[in-house]
Amino acid sequence: MKRVVDSLLVALVIVACWQCLHWAVGNSSLSSPWSTVQALVQMLGTAAFWDNVGETARALAYALVIALAGGVALGVLLGVNRLSGVVAEPILLNLYSLPKVTLYPLVLLVFGLGLSAKVAFGVMHGLIPILMFTMNAIREMRPVYLRASKTMRLSFARTIVHVVLPAIFPEVVSGLRLGFSLTLLGVLIGEMFASQRGLGYLLTSAMNLGDIRTIMAVALFLTVFALACNGLLMMADRRLKHR
Amino acid sequence: MRTWEFEVKSASLIRIAVVAGFIVLIELLCRSGIIPASVLIPPSAMFTHGVDLLRGGKFDHDIVTSLLNIVAASIVSVLLGFALGLGIHALPSVRRSIEPLLSSYYAIPTFIFYPVFIVILGIGSLPIIAIAVMLSVVTMITATLNGLDRIPRALHKSAQVMRLSRWRSAIYIKLPATLPYLFTGVKLSVAYAFIGVIASEFILSGSGIGYAIGYAYNNFQNDDMYSLMLFVLVLVTLVNVVLNRIDQRFQARRRR
Repeated sequence: MKRVVDSLLVALVIVACWQCLHWAVGNSSLSSPWSTVQALVQMLGTAAFWDNVGETARALAYALVIALAGGVALGVLLGVNRLSGVVAEPILLNLYSLPKVTLYPLVLLVFGLGLSAKVAFGVMHGLIPILMFTMNAIREMRPVYLRASKTMRLSFARTIVHVVLPAIFPEVVSGLRLGFSLTLLGVLIGEMFASQRGLGYLLTSAMNLGDIRTIMAVALFLTVFALACNGLLMMADRRLKHR
Repeated sequence: MRTWEFEVKSASLIRIAVVAGFIVLIELLCRSGIIPASVLIPPSAMFTHGVDLLRGGKFDHDIVTSLLNIVAASIVSVLLGFALGLGIHALPSVRRSIEPLLSSYYAIPTFIFYPVFIVILGIGSLPIIAIAVMLSVVTMITATLNGLDRIPRALHKSAQVMRLSRWRSAIYIKLPATLPYLFTGVKLSVAYAFIGVIASEFILSGSGIGYAIGYAYNNFQNDDMYSLMLFVLVLVTLVNVVLNRIDQRFQARRRR
């Protein structure tokens, strides 16, 4: 209960700051919280908005599935083989801290405009954190698990499915939490550059029109969505860690 | 100890071999035409063209603009993050309510606020620096809090025993004790500043490396585009390597 009150307080302070900033810079530069909510409610009533949401959600879902599957698979491989993990880790960390937008033209040239480029861009952002969390989870897994599977003479595939994956599941969820927000960011940036649909496109077109109310409304929608998903994954995370 | 050192050495040798092999593979694929030149130009061509560009100075202005923005954003976010971290640490009640925000901050796609900054601050360096600071300041706050939390109690006590004043204990005890954590924050802040600056230049701006890459892409100048990409890749890698080296020194000192 206490936590909820605290979060509400923080939200109130942020809304107050927003309102003050609105008063300071004027209505044409930053719409007030109330008019943004009104604009959002109005937008939520239109079918076009939900088309864009659906488009972004589809790209996000594909990207998340690929990032999760690829990240866990690669993470397991690099985690089980210690040397390959040691070799790969600095390369991965460097790729992670790279401004991936610079590679965007390459993605477009390879995948063309449209859904696949957005998905690829989302995967590029989200894969590495999931991979790193998986790899480190396997490295720090209690060695007795692997010894037990050896005693039972489990095959490699069965060891992975019955021993390794259940053991690292909580860490994979933590990785997914980070990976989720980065994948969303990747998909949105992808839509901002080269797409005719989706929330990112809505943002760029509003930006070109100087329509600050729409920008703020979409930003508010995305922020609430991202925070809600993050909160859910965090709750799952906490529950799994206390198991 | 010996075998461990040997392992580290052989691992980095393998790493260099893997990266070199990857580059050679792409080079071969490009040269043999399996990857068409309209998609990717050979790495050697990127490199030679990049050297020509640097010599000719075609993109000097863009590179300098981006670097200045990155340096400015890094400095602002490190100082601001450190100051905010100190403040939040001193006020536990504020900290308790702000902690959930800090832990879920990176779930918010900060870039969506870039258009707002453009409208408020105008087109130019200011909105770019602002968005980069917004992206990188929170890691610095978290690193500062983390460092302050982990000052060993023995150090607090020895400061009391020696009757150091508040300021002296802050400078001679707290700062050195938190330095490794602070540096990790600095390292991450610089990485985020790079991402923030180059990505916002890409979205909307009139100069900078990100802008130049976007411009070259729109005009089908693949050679310029890939040379600039390579430049960013090499630059970020070099900065990372240097910062990681320093970071490892600090971490080793912490373990002692």
